[in-house]
Amino acid sequence: MTPVLKITNASKTFCLHLQGKTEIEVFDGLDFTLHEGEAVGLSGPSGAGKSSLLKLIYGTYPVGAGTVEIRHDQCWVDIAQADPSEIIAVRRRTLGYVTQFLRVIPRVPCLEIVAEPLIERGVDRDAAKARARDLLVRLNIPEKLWSLSPLTFSGGEQQRVNIARGFSALYPVLLLDEPTASLDPENRQVVLDLISESVAAGCAMIGIFHDARDRAAVATRQFDIKSTRSAA
Amino acid sequence: MSEPILRCREITHYYGRQMACQNISLDLHPGEVLGIVGESGSGKTTLLKILAGQLKPTDGIVAFAKEGGSLTLLHEMSEPEIRLLARTEWAFVHQNPRDGLRMSVSAGANIGERLMAIGDRHYGNIRAAAVHWLKQVEIDAERIDDLPRTFSGGMQQRLQIARNLVTSPRLVFMDEPTGGLDVSVQARLLDLIRGLVRTLGLSAVVVTHDLAVARLLSSRLIVMQGGKVVESGLTDQVLEDPQAPYSQLLVSSILQV
Repeated sequence: MTPVLKITNASKTFCLHLQGKTEIEVFDGLDFTLHEGEAVGLSGPSGAGKSSLLKLIYGTYPVGAGTVEIRHDQCWVDIAQADPSEIIAVRRRTLGYVTQFLRVIPRVPCLEIVAEPLIERGVDRDAAKARARDLLVRLNIPEKLWSLSPLTFSGGEQQRVNIARGFSALYPVLLLDEPTASLDPENRQVVLDLISESVAAGCAMIGIFHDARDRAAVATRQFDIKSTRSAA
Repeated sequence: MSEPILRCREITHYYGRQMACQNISLDLHPGEVLGIVGESGSGKTTLLKILAGQLKPTDGIVAFAKEGGSLTLLHEMSEPEIRLLARTEWAFVHQNPRDGLRMSVSAGANIGERLMAIGDRHYGNIRAAAVHWLKQVEIDAERIDDLPRTFSGGMQQRLQIARNLVTSPRLVFMDEPTGGLDVSVQARLLDLIRGLVRTLGLSAVVVTHDLAVARLLSSRLIVMQGGKVVESGLTDQVLEDPQAPYSQLLVSSILQV
């Protein structure tokens, strides 16, 4: 199997300058490899650093030490060393990140939000919107809402719009942070199907699933993050 | 990786004995939006004016790549060359629209001025462009012959943007573009700026003290304090995991709605 992501000896510590320079170690010496077509479910107790690991890979949290290499356009890019414009390019074409929280922008309609990642990649506007429509139909967002800003949508609707956005462009590597949390059974199944389809199409995925059944339904293996804090 | 459109190296500026910027270096790539955040007096606007060629730094260099050209040092260009750039490839959106508009000529003339400055003489074309741009910034085309002073603050700000973008600049400098506007107008303006930057593929440098504005518009941020850059990085990185003590203070001071 071809590796797409290699994390070697990575550590992450937060330093809270304003609170007496308190240092909080999230993890240390972490090694992890993700291969094409693999779906890894992260497990570990709350506070073990599951979400932090995803943010570390995505470049939102700077890496303390070690390397986080991702295969991008047939080359390896070390997120720990890459400059912002390289990370932006990686995010545009290679690395997707889906949470349960939609970042609503006032006045931007739902359909635009979902189509945007494709448009940014240079896909034709109409084709991007057609793909966005398909996803919104699958995720049961009523058509009359498509032209509205999701600002006034319910929490569940916003979450589904965000998932549609995360899946509109297919990313070779996808990070999922509790995508199924608090969804009703029907929509939960749609999301699980979307994940399985992407993985079957060759995407690699790392996900955090609160529900063990969801994790079992999509994950091809598990990775346990041991809390270095509770161990210390 | 693409060539930068704008570069500065080791910019230092003093107003008399007062240091305003110290040892600042940065690159801006085509299509990138860079946010400059920090408290008032931190040197944001000084840096912006230096990058836009309006202020000559005490020390350091600024270089700009013209369309199809390579990086050229601003201080090696002649005054007329820089003025031409400022009217064609650059745009500067002031915090106060009265600084960027001519208040005693009509809205249409405000938009047409930059076109005339680059040699456009066909009245019909200029007027058509003015109508087009009024629509782009959501101002009723019937207001084309009205004076900007009869416009609301939000409309004046949108008119200033239209006036600036009519010559299809490649690089836009914005100084607190939403400062002083009420929030509903801000949202409209931000959405407009965001849309224009994306559809036109502009590069931009945006000075703001509002972190929400920075998050919405920029892909990259620099945080300034006391004339120095204390942190720079991806917007989400700086806002979600700030490293410098001052950035942590700035981010932790945001009020939750």
